[in-house]
Amino acid sequence: MSQQSSNRQSASRSGWSWWYLLFVVQFIAVLWPPFYNSVEPSWAGIPFYYWYQMLWVIIGAVLTAIVYFATED
Amino acid sequence: MQDVNWTALIIFVLLFGFITWLGFAAAQWRKGDLDQLQEWGLGGRRFGTIVTWFLVGGDLYTAYTFIAVPALAFGAGAIAFFAVPYTIMIYPILFLVFPRLWHVCHKHNYITPADFVRGRFGNRWLALAVTITGIVATMPYIALQLVGLQVVIGAMGVSGTGFAADLPLIIAFVILAAFTYSSGLRAPASIAIVKDILIYTTAFAAVIVVPIELGGFGKIFAAVPPAKLLLAVPGANTTGVYGVYTTLALGSALALFLYPHSITGILAANSGHAIRRNAAMLPGYSFMLGLLALVGFFAIAAGVGAMPEFAAGFKQFGNNFAVPALILHSFPSWFVGIAFAAVGIGALVPAAIMSIAAANLYTRNIHREFINKDPTDKQEAQMAKLVSLIVKLGALIFIIFVPTQFAIYLQLLGGILIIQTLPSVLIGVYTRWFNDWALLVGWAVGTSAGVWMFVAANLGPNYPLAFAGHTFPGYTALYTVVLNLIVAIVLTPLFNAMGGKQVDATAAADYHA
Repeated sequence: MSQQSSNRQSASRSGWSWWYLLFVVQFIAVLWPPFYNSVEPSWAGIPFYYWYQMLWVIIGAVLTAIVYFATED
Repeated sequence: MQDVNWTALIIFVLLFGFITWLGFAAAQWRKGDLDQLQEWGLGGRRFGTIVTWFLVGGDLYTAYTFIAVPALAFGAGAIAFFAVPYTIMIYPILFLVFPRLWHVCHKHNYITPADFVRGRFGNRWLALAVTITGIVATMPYIALQLVGLQVVIGAMGVSGTGFAADLPLIIAFVILAAFTYSSGLRAPASIAIVKDILIYTTAFAAVIVVPIELGGFGKIFAAVPPAKLLLAVPGANTTGVYGVYTTLALGSALALFLYPHSITGILAANSGHAIRRNAAMLPGYSFMLGLLALVGFFAIAAGVGAMPEFAAGFKQFGNNFAVPALILHSFPSWFVGIAFAAVGIGALVPAAIMSIAAANLYTRNIHREFINKDPTDKQEAQMAKLVSLIVKLGALIFIIFVPTQFAIYLQLLGGILIIQTLPSVLIGVYTRWFNDWALLVGWAVGTSAGVWMFVAANLGPNYPLAFAGHTFPGYTALYTVVLNLIVAIVLTPLFNAMGGKQVDATAAADYHA
């Protein structure tokens, strides 16, 4: 599969990478409803509750991509 | 059948005809010997990143999702949006845990999660518990896909009494059964590509065209009753709907990839890389899911609930009729045909994968484990094909003869059941620390508590846990899996001390590349 096993610093090998802590960010961002359960500040007529969570879909995807590239061989 | 929407129906039938052909043609795609269970049941583990994206997406975003999530938003409002944090949380779980499962299953030719548990923990009864849980949780889910199909068929005006009413569903079932039998997992994988194109087209048209028709998002949100627009602030001494929202999202996220059909989609990939890449790409579907929840609000704003032409549909299908009604109201007939075909095909794809997953489980972990210990490859594949057929037939009979609400209850219960496999499967890929019998007892306790709480909550998924004068209403699945884990943690040192050696057919190196 890979010819560079000697100088690989693969997260999958050790099972852990500090990059994984980035994932905690997206969990915390959405697991506290009191923070975002409001209409204001609204954007384009959309209440905060809705655009905040949709935004975190995008941010979460970006964070996952970062972790992927940072930990991939 | 006086009010049939012929334009929509013709386009619907044409698209269905196309995917029927595709389902059979798929047998030739990345050709393999379909008399081997691995080829039939896992597509030969050959699917690259892009196909895996379609297959896993086809698993996760089902017809039931497209109908039921907006229906919940239409009926109950803001709480339906739990689907968004839920999808935000599933991808880190996919990213971290499932490449490991993929590697160990690839190394040892495991086809099902129960195969893995059997090898990892060496306990056939624990594996049986995982198997039965998987099969029981999957069955109502298949039935619910057929409900999604039923709703759009009814929305096109196709009706009748008695047998005639069920005929379209039966035809769809026969098509599904036939191409699954002949092509195995390749069939839904190929059709998932068509399905996604149609679903994305429909979803984007819906979120662009409909808001324009309705006068913008400001007007749409203004039409939603204030009580439904946001979550209700909890009263004193209770976490109220905040707790329900959070636990529903987290519990559903943990449970999702434990379903056999999710694992089947993952194990069919050709590498751990494909899975990790997908964890970064699949959030595209999440965005669409959020948009779909909003479509429920569009339906409120458009007032389809009050329109006389949809009264019969709402009467028959309840809030599940919200999306079809909105599509009928907002789009010309030819697009309605495309949109409904998207939903209908969106029912067949997961139904196919789910029936294959259930068949794989039975064949490997019940039949081969307990009945015929040494089948030939061909016997194994034949058994799986037959079981897949029986499972679909069972779902069809269920939907025809049993009230839909029952299927919904069973599916909610299914989530509570499947999460009990979390310690063995999700944690099992990281550590062998747990004692296998302790895991089995934990599973039994979690499952019993889950069923009890489900019944106590009037067949609802949320239970008002109460102590110290406070109430914590929340998703039963999350509460019971915590109980399951506590039991397993407490019993592990105890059972280990009582003797019994740790069997593990896997090695640490098997879990990564």
